[in-house]
Amino acid sequence: MEVKGARALLSACTTPVSEGMVVWTNSERAIRARKTTVELIMSNHNKNCLSCKRNLNCELQKLCQELGIRENRFEGEYTEPTFEDASPGIVRDTSKCVLCERCIQTCKKVQGIGVLGLMNRGFKTKVGPIYDAGFNAVNCMQCGQCVTACPVGALTEKESIHEVIEAINDPDKVVICQTAPAVRASLGEEFGHRIGTLVTGKMVAALKRCGFDRVYDTNYGADMTIMEEGTELLKRIQNGGVLPMFTSCSPGWIKYIEYEYPDLLPHLSSAKSPHMMFGAALKTYWAQKNNIDPSKIFVVSIMPCIAKKTEILRPECKTGEYQDVDAVLTTREAARLIKMYGMDNIDIFEDEKFDQDFCGEYTGAGVIFGTSGGVMEAALRTVKQILDGKPLENVDFMECRGMAGVKEAEVDLNGQKIWIAITSSMSCAKPLLDEVRAGTSKYTFIEVMGCPGGCINGGGQSIISGRKKARIGDEYKVWRMETLYEEDKMMPKRVSMDNAQMQDMYTEFFGEPGSELAEKLLHTTYSPKKRFDIE
Amino acid sequence: MEKLNGEALRKIDEIVARHKDQAGPCIEMLHEVQNELGYIPYEAMEKIAEATGSSPAEVYGVVMFYAQFTTEPKGKHVINVCLGTACYVKGAQQLIDRVEKLTGAAVNKTSPDGLFSLDATRCLGACGLAPVCIIDGKYYGNALVNNDFTNEIRRIVREEKKAGANA
Repeated sequence: MEVKGARALLSACTTPVSEGMVVWTNSERAIRARKTTVELIMSNHNKNCLSCKRNLNCELQKLCQELGIRENRFEGEYTEPTFEDASPGIVRDTSKCVLCERCIQTCKKVQGIGVLGLMNRGFKTKVGPIYDAGFNAVNCMQCGQCVTACPVGALTEKESIHEVIEAINDPDKVVICQTAPAVRASLGEEFGHRIGTLVTGKMVAALKRCGFDRVYDTNYGADMTIMEEGTELLKRIQNGGVLPMFTSCSPGWIKYIEYEYPDLLPHLSSAKSPHMMFGAALKTYWAQKNNIDPSKIFVVSIMPCIAKKTEILRPECKTGEYQDVDAVLTTREAARLIKMYGMDNIDIFEDEKFDQDFCGEYTGAGVIFGTSGGVMEAALRTVKQILDGKPLENVDFMECRGMAGVKEAEVDLNGQKIWIAITSSMSCAKPLLDEVRAGTSKYTFIEVMGCPGGCINGGGQSIISGRKKARIGDEYKVWRMETLYEEDKMMPKRVSMDNAQMQDMYTEFFGEPGSELAEKLLHTTYSPKKRFDIE
Repeated sequence: MEKLNGEALRKIDEIVARHKDQAGPCIEMLHEVQNELGYIPYEAMEKIAEATGSSPAEVYGVVMFYAQFTTEPKGKHVINVCLGTACYVKGAQQLIDRVEKLTGAAVNKTSPDGLFSLDATRCLGACGLAPVCIIDGKYYGNALVNNDFTNEIRRIVREEKKAGANA
């Protein structure tokens, strides 16, 4: 920008405002300088924009358009790039990196880990994990917050769309799709809706038209999780088990604790995450009910999450005969899949319902799993109802809601008072974990989500540009969150244990929560992992 | 990746502890580790990161930024060939080729037998003697004409072989 009285141009982001200052942001000189800067970035940028995942949602592309850059003014050398896709979740392509360092700051400040850093100097400068290694070789939790921070296509999710299409087109396969609660609060953004538009019915309609044999809601799995995790919590309280207990729904958080706090693993609930439980149920109970060979079932989870892509491959999770879930699509990939099938506009569809056979019912408690505090609230609803022995009058636990990094409350469980805490993002979780490690934690139950604000702000969600984030701040999380509470309010049943189809399944198949079969199929184990693993 | 022995780990701990409370201790620690071990192993970066409240990736960034730090174990004998302008004009490239052939070490790498590291350096300030190379801290001038330095490398190889045979 040009400032009256200053000889040189000044950078808008670092110059403090002063009294009587006169600023021209769009003088010819300022525009020319900006243009040259972007042209120089472009001169070292891999310009295969047409086939880039971030095409049409790229901040560099937008700048080029705004500044009217129509040609490559500077041609020359390119920095030798690293293309790395060894981890199941994140792909790094430094040929597209603009060295803005947003990913580095996100990993360090939001998650408090610092997997990414700069290396080399000058023209050879690159961003990546230590030794320029793959994300699978370092203590990366695969949350994907760096991916949503990236303004260009340098950090992206590893796509599974092709596998899914292959399965859909395989006549022998029964392809079942399940969608996580947080997806419905963000998928609309990919189709031009304002942030936080609830598109549940349209999403179901579009997915059915993609050719999935069934479209279910992961909320059914969430209700199962509450039964398993709630039972586990009650057992631990009654039998003097390891407390506080941590929730185990967030695979990013699981990776984090395995790397950074392996000594606290006994505190982690052994319950699998909702989509894994649901996958296990689909390949056993549902398969049996429908008389389908489970080897022919292909389960696709549509998730707001990148870490789920690593979770389905965990050897610890393969407790049944088959992998619980066969492929994970992020919210963004789901939108790409729908568009690939020719549906550019999901508004043309009437709202449709999820498939209802055997595993179709879900409660409001499942819906709010998608936001920080939701799992806690859902668990409290069921646990309290079990202990009270009668339906709850008020199912709203307002103290669980909101976007604070750490929330806590004292809850009365049938006369016994316990402290609970809710946290999301690892930088907020750390102090709580240190307390537990030191033995000074007053809590009985702690919900931990890997991403700040919970799944609604997951690494697989629709990407909001840095410029928009600068304008609206953290509001976007609130918008998505409110959407989920809205759907929760509309549900006739709002306590997980009231899910009749699920109760039928327990009676017919698992017996009861925490039974031997449930332990085998719906629970998992954890083990300490090496933070850094390079040969 | 090679495992560090207890002795090296102890040294790293000692260096980190000594500089921990200084202002901007990272570079100091790296210098000492580089001097003690000849390179910066992962374990050192992890320990330095922990002591300075940063992450190993950040410390790695510092290591990669400065040319004097290296993450590869150095050979027993370090050979520097000057690539300054004067040396280059006087045939430093030929010199490098010759050293590569004699030692088996590529530029800025260590030979497979771990005996030699070959580093191409910036101007060493001895342009009058160009082209210049250094073996274990000793300067050899006019190295293309004068055969002292090739003889020295051959002598080292011979001695190491003998030591190897005796051991």
